[in-house]
Amino acid sequence: MNAPVEYLLHLADNALILGQRNAEWCGHGPILEEDIALSNNSLDLIGQARMLYQHAAELQGDGATEDRLAYFRDVPDFRNYTLCELPHMPLTAPTSAGDRDFASTIVRNFLFSSLMVLVWDQLQSSKDAQLAAIAAKSLKEVRYHLRHSRDWLVRMGDGTDESHAKAQTALDQFMSYTQEFWTASPSEAAALANGTGIDMAALQNDWNQIVDAALQEATLQRPAAGGFVPTGKQGMHSEHLGFVLAEMQSLARAHPQATW
Amino acid sequence: MSTTTSTSALKEWPLWEVFVRSKQGLEHKHCGSLHASDSEHALQMARDVYTRRQEGVSIWVVPSASISASEPNDKPEFFDPASDKVYRHPTFYVIPDEVGHM
Repeated sequence: MNAPVEYLLHLADNALILGQRNAEWCGHGPILEEDIALSNNSLDLIGQARMLYQHAAELQGDGATEDRLAYFRDVPDFRNYTLCELPHMPLTAPTSAGDRDFASTIVRNFLFSSLMVLVWDQLQSSKDAQLAAIAAKSLKEVRYHLRHSRDWLVRMGDGTDESHAKAQTALDQFMSYTQEFWTASPSEAAALANGTGIDMAALQNDWNQIVDAALQEATLQRPAAGGFVPTGKQGMHSEHLGFVLAEMQSLARAHPQATW
Repeated sequence: MSTTTSTSALKEWPLWEVFVRSKQGLEHKHCGSLHASDSEHALQMARDVYTRRQEGVSIWVVPSASISASEPNDKPEFFDPASDKVYRHPTFYVIPDEVGHM
């Protein structure tokens, strides 16, 4: 049994776009060890994306390759959560590296990895054997991503007034984007129906428990639910994804025959 | 990484020595040091910095301040007397292959 290609692209695009975002810290981390930690996180995510793209390309056939999928699709073709594409300070959308907000990075990585430990755990029983194997490998990686981001979240929330305020602001900005996790897209519904995917709505309670326990430890307030439900996983993105893709894809598009 | 954060963080965070065991049965070896706010923080940073290339299966971190070290000035009385006592080296017999790593 094979997972729907668009479902694999959804999982792959989440990993690639967040990996690309976190890679922005490379050479700019707040301290050297954190710089390396975030690069490690990026490389884990990009590694996950590669495995998923390779699987999707094989199923798609017709000359598809992992590089074609990563570098030669445009914004409406990407199926990642809007959460993954936002800048490291969503409301002000800065363009300079100096405006990057580490608290935003940590909060987003925490919200996303809290989800992915549940997703990969369940996908280990996917009827798509290749996807199940990718899930087993990815689960170990995101467990560390959760540990790393949760640790920082608690340190910041339960830290100084300034670090608390930064973590709370980031949480207020990002939390509503997590609503997209729970509404099934057509490809998620198709994957669930053929036994290769999972019921995302059924993960919500476990996710809430992971998140609420950490927020309590961090003395942070969970913002009220509600508001706009983003639609990135259905190809309707924020204005930010285009800039991510422009930077990420320009080299491959300028030199389409290049190998490395 | 020339931000003000790094300067103040390095001032406030104590130094830790990092020891990594490369595989089961071998000893932990000193591989470097880093600044971190507490031991858990130091362990995670050590994981990210020193075990990226499969260098380890176990990490120890020790506050650098807890280490008592010999002084460079002690060298003549500490170490020089051993230099002419070659008979202390176990080089006069063959270790059987079955013994393995020693």
